[in-house]
Amino acid sequence: MGRPVAIIGVGQTYHGKRMDVSYPELVREAVMAVFKDTGLSPEDIDGVVSGTMPSMMEGIALTHFYLADAMQSAGKPIMKTETCGSTGVSIAHTAYYWVASGLADLILAVGHEKMNEGDSQATMTTVAEPFYQRYFISGAPGVFSMQSQMWSVRYGISEEKVRDAAAFISVTHHEDAFDNPYAHIKMKVSMDDVKNARIITYPVRLLDVCPNSDGACAVIFASEEMVKKLNRKPAWVKAVGYRGDEYFFGDSDKAVWESAAQAAKEAYNQAGIKNPRKELDVAEVYNPFTFQEMLFYECFGFCGPGEAPDLVLKGTFTRNGELACDPSGGTLCTNPIGATGLIRVAEAALQVTGRAGAHQIPGAKLALAHAMGGVDQFNGIMILGSKL
Amino acid sequence: MTKEYKTIKTELRLPYELAYGATWTRFFEGMKEKKIYGTKCPKCGRVLVPARSFCPRCFVDMGEWIEVSQEGKLVAWCYTNYRYFGMPTEPPFIGAQINLDGTDVNFLHLIGGFDLSNFDEVRKIVKNGMKVRAEWKDDRNAHIMDIRYFKPL
Ligand SMILES: [Zn+2]
Repeated sequence: MGRPVAIIGVGQTYHGKRMDVSYPELVREAVMAVFKDTGLSPEDIDGVVSGTMPSMMEGIALTHFYLADAMQSAGKPIMKTETCGSTGVSIAHTAYYWVASGLADLILAVGHEKMNEGDSQATMTTVAEPFYQRYFISGAPGVFSMQSQMWSVRYGISEEKVRDAAAFISVTHHEDAFDNPYAHIKMKVSMDDVKNARIITYPVRLLDVCPNSDGACAVIFASEEMVKKLNRKPAWVKAVGYRGDEYFFGDSDKAVWESAAQAAKEAYNQAGIKNPRKELDVAEVYNPFTFQEMLFYECFGFCGPGEAPDLVLKGTFTRNGELACDPSGGTLCTNPIGATGLIRVAEAALQVTGRAGAHQIPGAKLALAHAMGGVDQFNGIMILGSKL
Repeated sequence: MTKEYKTIKTELRLPYELAYGATWTRFFEGMKEKKIYGTKCPKCGRVLVPARSFCPRCFVDMGEWIEVSQEGKLVAWCYTNYRYFGMPTEPPFIGAQINLDGTDVNFLHLIGGFDLSNFDEVRKIVKNGMKVRAEWKDDRNAHIMDIRYFKPL
């Protein structure tokens, strides 16, 4: 595991359609916020790691160059980490490895995206295989719809139950977002609204899908020595896990989804977690689609295969449930993709340090943050705790 | 009222010429002759379709070419009813994972050959596990769209 590493501060932008600022200004907003949160300034930072989903989301390549001034990275070692939708968690992993290795004491991690400046699905479709598959993928919703559909049939879950459970997830997360000052979509929706919304890619309907958000998130990772020196309340990194599947969509089973299950297993082994549903207090699961959130519950061992819809409808994963999942409203309500995974990490850090405000889960000590990317291939996890 | 700030409209168009390599060239020449080719891994024994030059799991060269069945069963599907810039396939369409008989992976293509305009009607026709068969275009260009779609049997 290397040296102990902790998160000592986080900063987020107000996420949404942010045509009031340029991309660098948006990123600076998050970077300023983390410096305000920690009392640190750019000269204290040893290195900067940043990332976006695909750079071409905003039509400007090499974002760590474009955003260098906004991240105050000039004169420092810089890295870019890019793993599609899981970029934010991969940025956190990179920052963690950097400090854990002993080669740096304070690393600034920045995730960002300005999705309203481009055509997100057109950009994402460039991720798909060009000779055989791009014609049939239809952006992110197409991939995840196929997967959700396959999963529900595999485990014999009735179409009606899946649709009810998906609607329940949409309703509760949209409610949760009202208590998160940074969330993008703040909208009251009913079960009927979700179930009867327009079909995007069946079975996914409009209110089962995340928005296109502009936003950035900045997090500072510190060595144990710095935690003590700065006297900050730390969120300790208890574990990291990451796995990828092979490239071709169709070569591996996405209803079982080994990369998600194995990434969680690796993290649980490091953190010594045997029963995640009992031991975790909060999980910020990457949930751009309601249906997919249920697959993750199963892959992460929160319940057995095919059991998620019943437990969702019982309220097991709501804010007052046994394991609070996405009390921030999650990716479903806010998705500036390159920032999204890092927002999950930041939210987990706020929870275990008791700083999550109106959406704080009382007494939270152990939290999981997750993000997924590729055409379903990538899954990354970070587990944070209040104690080393 | 919040002030509206200026924006600039810009567009990127870049030309590419992607190399198929020997294996995929042979696969697409097969499409022209209404044949679907897979390759068999000498190590794990899996038949992969489309054909590959190496097994992604075993990392060994794929030796054996196999003309695979044009029939298979539907494993997963989604009905697409939205549009984005440069979308290569006109919506509504049904993207699908099809397990062609005798192969060990799912082949991605379209399901069609019936009216797609009304989703409730579509839902009555399309079932996981149903048998489908490739329908070819008359005018074929060694392209993945030489197969018009897979049609329910
Ligand atoms: Zn093999």
